[in-house]
Amino acid sequence: MHEWALAEAVVSAASKIAGERGLGKITLVKIRVGELQQIDLEVFKFALSQIAEKILPEASFEISVEKAEFRCRVCGRTWRFSGEELDPEVREAIHVVPEVAHAFLRCPRCGSPDFEVVRGRGVWIESIAGEKLG
Amino acid sequence: MIDPRLSVIDERLGRIKKIIAVASGKGGVGKSLIASTLALILSEKGFRAGLMDLDFTNPSTHLILGAESAYPLEDKGVVPPKIRGVSYASISFFTGGKPSPLRGEDVTNAFIEILALTRWGGLDYLVIDTPPGMGDALLDLLRLIRRVGFLVVSTPSRLSLETIKKLIEILRGVQARVIGVVENMASGEMRSIRREVEELGETYLGSISFDPEVEEAIGKPDKLLRTRFAEDLRRVTDKLV
Repeated sequence: MHEWALAEAVVSAASKIAGERGLGKITLVKIRVGELQQIDLEVFKFALSQIAEKILPEASFEISVEKAEFRCRVCGRTWRFSGEELDPEVREAIHVVPEVAHAFLRCPRCGSPDFEVVRGRGVWIESIAGEKLG
Repeated sequence: MIDPRLSVIDERLGRIKKIIAVASGKGGVGKSLIASTLALILSEKGFRAGLMDLDFTNPSTHLILGAESAYPLEDKGVVPPKIRGVSYASISFFTGGKPSPLRGEDVTNAFIEILALTRWGGLDYLVIDTPPGMGDALLDLLRLIRRVGFLVVSTPSRLSLETIKKLIEILRGVQARVIGVVENMASGEMRSIRREVEELGETYLGSISFDPEVEEAIGKPDKLLRTRFAEDLRRVTDKLV
C-alpha cells in the first residue's frame, strides 16, 4: 500500500509550497496520477484525507488519471499500457517502481525494451489554490 | 507541475545517522562485494545497518547476500526486508531477475521512487552500492542525498587509479565528502596506490588481498564473513566507525 507514502509526499510538498507562497490555508490541490502507477484511488484519497487532516485541514483534493502511453525509440511505434493483461506479480512490481516496466514490456512491433513513457507516469501536483495570510 | 516525491526524501532518510556510498568509477573492482560485506560487518558489530543497491540495470548485491527471493513489506510505503540483520533495498525485488535496460531519465525516476517509498526507520549506517561510471546514478546521488560520504574503491591497476582520481576530482568539485580509498584485490605490497592516494590528500584506508575463496562464498553471507576478504575489510571498517 504505497499509496500512503505518495499521499504523504503530496501533503508534504503542498505544505511546503504553501509556506513559500505565503498561503495561510490551502483550499484545493489538483493532482495528476499516471495510469502506470496503478494507484488504488480510494486508498489514495483516504490516505490524503487522513494525512492532511492536521496539516492542511481545509484542503480538498481533486485527482485526475492520465492514461499511460509508450513510444518505441527504435521503430517509433506508440502503444497504450494495459495492466489487466499482465501477470499480477508484474503488475504489482510496476505499481511500486514503474520503471521496471522496462524489464517486462517490449515494443509490440520490434520487441525493443528501449521505449519511453510518453505520458501516464508518476504523481504530480498540477496546481494549488489557497488564501494569502492576513 | 511539481513532483511531490522530492519533498519526502530527506524525511525518509532522516533517522539514518551516516550514509556511505561505495564508488569507484570503474566496473569490476569489487564495489558490490565491498558494499554488501561492509553492511554485514557493521551489523555484526552491533550497528543498525542498511544496504541499498543503486545499480538498477545490473544489480548484484542480492546475489552476494543470497537474497534472490527477498521482498519488502508494503506498509504505508516499502519496508526493507532484513538479510542477516541488514535492512536491504534493491530494484531486484521488482525485476524478478530480468534485465532492466534503463536510460538516464528512468534511472533518476526509479531512484527517486525508491527513496520516496522506502521506510528505513532508524539506522546507524546506510551503505549504498553504486554502479560503475560517473553518470546518472552518481549525479543523482550527489543531488538527492547531499550528506552522503564516499568510500572509493580502486584495484592496484593504474587504469583503476586514474579513474578514481577523476572521481575524486568530481566529488571535491561539488564539496562531497570523500571518506577514503580502499585498495581491493591487492597482491603483495603495492605502495604506489597508497602513495598516490596520500599525495592527493585523501585517506588510504587499507588494502584487501585478492581472495580466491570469495567466489565460493557468494550467496552465503555467513561464509562470506569468514573469508580473508572479510577479515581485511573488518580492518578497514574499524577505521570508519
